[in-house]
Amino acid sequence: MTKRLSVNHLLGIRQVQKEDIQLILDTAVQFKDVINRPIKKVPSLRDITIANLFFENSTRTRVSFELAEKRLSADTVNFSASTSSVKKGETLIDTVNNILAMKVDMVVMRHPNPGACMFLSRHIKASIVNAGDGAHEHPTQALLDAFSIREKLGELEGKKVAIVGDVLHSRVALSNIYLLKKMGAEVMVCGPSTLIPRYISSLGVKVEHDIRKALKWCDVANMLRIQLERQDIRYFPSLREYTMQYGLTMDILKSLDKEIVIMHPGPINRGVEITSEVADSSQSIILEQVENGVAVRMAVLYLLASRTEN
Amino acid sequence: MAPRLLFTPHQLNITINRLCHQLIEIHDDFSNSVIIGLQPRGVLLAHRIHQTLSGILNKKDIRFGELDVTFYRDDFRKKDLVPNKTVIDFIIEDKNVVLIDDVLYTGRTIRSGLDAMMAFGRPKDVELLVLIDRRFSRNLPIQAKYVGRTVDTVSSENVKVDWKETGGEDHVWLITQEKE
Repeated sequence: MTKRLSVNHLLGIRQVQKEDIQLILDTAVQFKDVINRPIKKVPSLRDITIANLFFENSTRTRVSFELAEKRLSADTVNFSASTSSVKKGETLIDTVNNILAMKVDMVVMRHPNPGACMFLSRHIKASIVNAGDGAHEHPTQALLDAFSIREKLGELEGKKVAIVGDVLHSRVALSNIYLLKKMGAEVMVCGPSTLIPRYISSLGVKVEHDIRKALKWCDVANMLRIQLERQDIRYFPSLREYTMQYGLTMDILKSLDKEIVIMHPGPINRGVEITSEVADSSQSIILEQVENGVAVRMAVLYLLASRTEN
Repeated sequence: MAPRLLFTPHQLNITINRLCHQLIEIHDDFSNSVIIGLQPRGVLLAHRIHQTLSGILNKKDIRFGELDVTFYRDDFRKKDLVPNKTVIDFIIEDKNVVLIDDVLYTGRTIRSGLDAMMAFGRPKDVELLVLIDRRFSRNLPIQAKYVGRTVDTVSSENVKVDWKETGGEDHVWLITQEKE
């Protein structure tokens, strides 16, 4: 087994090797054990300072990263674009370099522009963790999804995963596709043709427009939110019509001859892509995903920190 | 230099028996004591001690845990360390803890072990048991209460403990590293 990541940053799943993914998932198992102890904290990163730079809104990811950092005993500073000098016209590199001048070792960044983390990694020395860059990648979400699938169904190889919904605007979908393909799983995307990127099949995924067929095929269904805030034009006639065609209901689930696992990266729009009944059912592992998120992010930060010079 | 044999299987057996009797002298029937082996190699010795104790005392419920110290180490950036499992399904609050590792060298692993243990409660008393004590090489003020054998070594030497459980035979070797 490899003991060390091959990269200094986690910019996207595309840049990491299969062995890196395996190492992160295996390490996360031990961290999950740590966060279930009476004292949920280890001192590993007590000499590391991490800046959380959120140029875009986030609740889950931000809290999850912050908890992961605190449970590793790292010092943290938080920054959100709405309360900063970004509004006064400062550039990204200037903002980050000013923060790094205060002796920060790692940066966790969410940014609305695809490639923002990649760009930054060429200009600064600190390790960067991508917490979502536009509609590009969200690597820690894909890792925690993989961790949750592995915990529920065993090794990823050969598993069939359907990603249903707004694939076009979803960074979760792209990171998941890269990761699942690298680990040997089969992937199908499903949604209205306006929300499926035209060349997506070149990534080696199947495309399906009928949700019933997709669910019949898969072991795991990852339901995506319709990202209205990213949609500059209308991709379907109405939300109601989308729900009728692609909403996951208990009736559809019951019509299948097997029990599939239901995932959702959150935030859920109850009654749109998934009904409350399904989201709260025993087949849904949505809250497990959130719990696993902290363990997986601890593993990522721990493994990246062990590469930093001190 | 050829490896020097410190323990044959027979000698190891005698020593483990002796250590167990020493433990019983202090801990009586282990009703308020627990055994914790340090991952990865201390666990194998701890298992053997636990088995032997259970046999001597004819008692099946001596509490036993496995503790991984990776996240508590002070050198995790200097080495590539892979974490192991921690299995402690009891609280050590007010218990007498016997911490077990195979070789005591610089004392740094034990230091991390003491920290790691505190996540499971505040023990009444902690003692250290090791199979091999490498004298004169400590970096920290840590000593074992129960020692299988004390050896004088220099830093170019390594102590290697083989166990039946991992596919070899019970042996302890002193190996001199060749200089390149």
